[in-house]
Amino acid sequence: MSILINHNSRVMTQGITGKTGQFHTRMCRDYANGKACFVAGVNPRKPGENFEGIPVYATVKEAKQQTGANVSVIYVPPPFAAAAIDEAVEAELDLVICITEGIPVRDMIRTRYKMQDKKTRLIGPNCPGIITPDEIKIGIMPGYIHKKGRIGVVSRSGTLTYEAVAQLMSLGLGQSTCIGIGGDPVNGLKHLDVMQLFNDDDETDAVLMVGEIGGTDEEDCARWVKEHMHKPVVGFIAGVTAPPGKRMGHAGAIISGGKGTAQEKLEVMESCGIRVTRNPAEMGKLLKSAL
Amino acid sequence: MKIHEYQAKEILRKYNVITPKGVACFSVNEAVQAAQQLGGDVWAVKAQIYAGGRGKGGGVKVAKSLDEVRQRASEILNMRLITHQTGPKGQIVHRLFIEQGVQIEKEFYIGMVVDRGHQRVCLMASSEGGMEIEKVAAETPEKIHKVFIDPITGLSQQQAEEVAQKIGIPMQSLPGAVTLLQGLYQAFDETDASLLEINPLAVTAEQQVMALDAKMNFDENALFRHPEIVALRDFDEEDPVEIEASKHELSYIPLDGNIGCLVNGAGLAMATMDIIKLYGGNPANFLDVGGGATAEKVTEAFKLMLRNSKLQGILVNIFGGIMKCDVIAQGIVAAARDVQLTVPLVVRLEGTNVDLGKKILADSGLKIISADNMADAAQKAVNAAG
Repeated sequence: MSILINHNSRVMTQGITGKTGQFHTRMCRDYANGKACFVAGVNPRKPGENFEGIPVYATVKEAKQQTGANVSVIYVPPPFAAAAIDEAVEAELDLVICITEGIPVRDMIRTRYKMQDKKTRLIGPNCPGIITPDEIKIGIMPGYIHKKGRIGVVSRSGTLTYEAVAQLMSLGLGQSTCIGIGGDPVNGLKHLDVMQLFNDDDETDAVLMVGEIGGTDEEDCARWVKEHMHKPVVGFIAGVTAPPGKRMGHAGAIISGGKGTAQEKLEVMESCGIRVTRNPAEMGKLLKSAL
Repeated sequence: MKIHEYQAKEILRKYNVITPKGVACFSVNEAVQAAQQLGGDVWAVKAQIYAGGRGKGGGVKVAKSLDEVRQRASEILNMRLITHQTGPKGQIVHRLFIEQGVQIEKEFYIGMVVDRGHQRVCLMASSEGGMEIEKVAAETPEKIHKVFIDPITGLSQQQAEEVAQKIGIPMQSLPGAVTLLQGLYQAFDETDASLLEINPLAVTAEQQVMALDAKMNFDENALFRHPEIVALRDFDEEDPVEIEASKHELSYIPLDGNIGCLVNGAGLAMATMDIIKLYGGNPANFLDVGGGATAEKVTEAFKLMLRNSKLQGILVNIFGGIMKCDVIAQGIVAAARDVQLTVPLVVRLEGTNVDLGKKILADSGLKIISADNMADAAQKAVNAAG
């Protein structure tokens, strides 16, 4: 078993009629079992239409009823994206992956509040998505750089995750599932949540965790790893050279009030038994040495 | 996005927050007129810059006569104000705020930020007014009281009253404190603020609860629904290079080093800076060209980096996913020709169409140092920059 998604997942695209939604839905449909997995699109103004054979419904609820879709991926523009998540949560989907970058924090606070005690899990926003290599890809990552294997990857970034995957691949290490949890300050699944899933997954032998400055997610995860993890975990944190008080591209990548530095995260991870490297070119090597 | 103290107070007054009476001024004469108009016999002359620590840097003075207002205003206006937040270069003062003096009985601290762990707005209150909150948090954390605010019900009367009591607001001033705290939260919420700080909050001799200072930052992602806040943007306060970068939708932050970095993706961009440092060099900037980098965007990015006179080398690190390496390579070649590059250029390409990309670079006839991986790229960039 992989985590969160597999070839049995049935996916709808919210925002399927936009340029980005179309491009990536096509790429995902063409990857591995994509043709069977991508079953619906949602656009309230275009029900009854179809995108290259994928039917478009007015609401998430209707798309779920008609196709049995249990997962949604969102490419809706930022002003409307939080409402799109709300709709998917209301319709009780299992998983929502929000790719959209630039959602106001105030909207996400309300959305996360409404998600309390609901069954739906959220990945993102502002993330590359999730892939179980050679099985299913939901998101914007290039599928071909991955290969099925037994390493779990969790990261707050996009291209840095691809870099990590490429390093694993050059050492012959495939991946069970790779998840980008996103670069926003208020988001869904955190490192800790994903780590718990990897710990329980029979097909994952070890986990590569990639973090960055801002917040305390990595520290929270590290403390849990120390107490509960029974698989090797290695890590890298980006932003040792980032100046305090400056937002480094991602809305959530900021050292504020002296908190959230890479140094602090690395120290906590090491003290919790997670082997870390300060060299982003050696993430793959470190993981291999931990096996 | 940041705004000035006087602008923040103007917003907060709409939410029933009491502040001293004040007038923003752009010249010494205006400052004197403002003091006259405000009346009274004590005024505060305050430099308006975004950075904190203005008082300690000599940017806030008390004046007890109109002559003194004139003198203080002429000292502060156009001064280069250096505080712990401006960096050694300081910030030129272009605006003043003249406020009526108030008699202060006691000072407090109030702050609001988004707490990432709780995913709610957090109200922080402390009896230690006028102090830096980071210092209070480090030395006497028990003096900071926190309330995590329910986004649907807002800050309740009971919560506001409790926290006001905890920090020692006197009994007779509690109703005023509750009104102020609830007003602050409403302002924070409705304006999509990311930070709000009242330091100090004062209880006056007349037992009035008053915001003596005000600092507000806003969520950049929400500015599309706040044209009234966008209109307050003060370009004098921003680095011209960062203004130029934002026009081209590039995420650019200047740093102290001499090796420019051009990278796609924020995480990889930070990691690239880190590895330069690790190999003994110093990054000159953070620059994320984003997922949809075009040849034009890459050219603008090169131009931005080349504005830096200290620049001695450039490292381009691209992991092509959806963005293909050959397209990026064409952009790099076009940009290098366009800007007539004079510093060594190291390029590392990986991902989609990487071989095609490398061939375009090799065939360009330009002096481009090609690298095979991040470590190789960093080593070559550090060597080339000397």
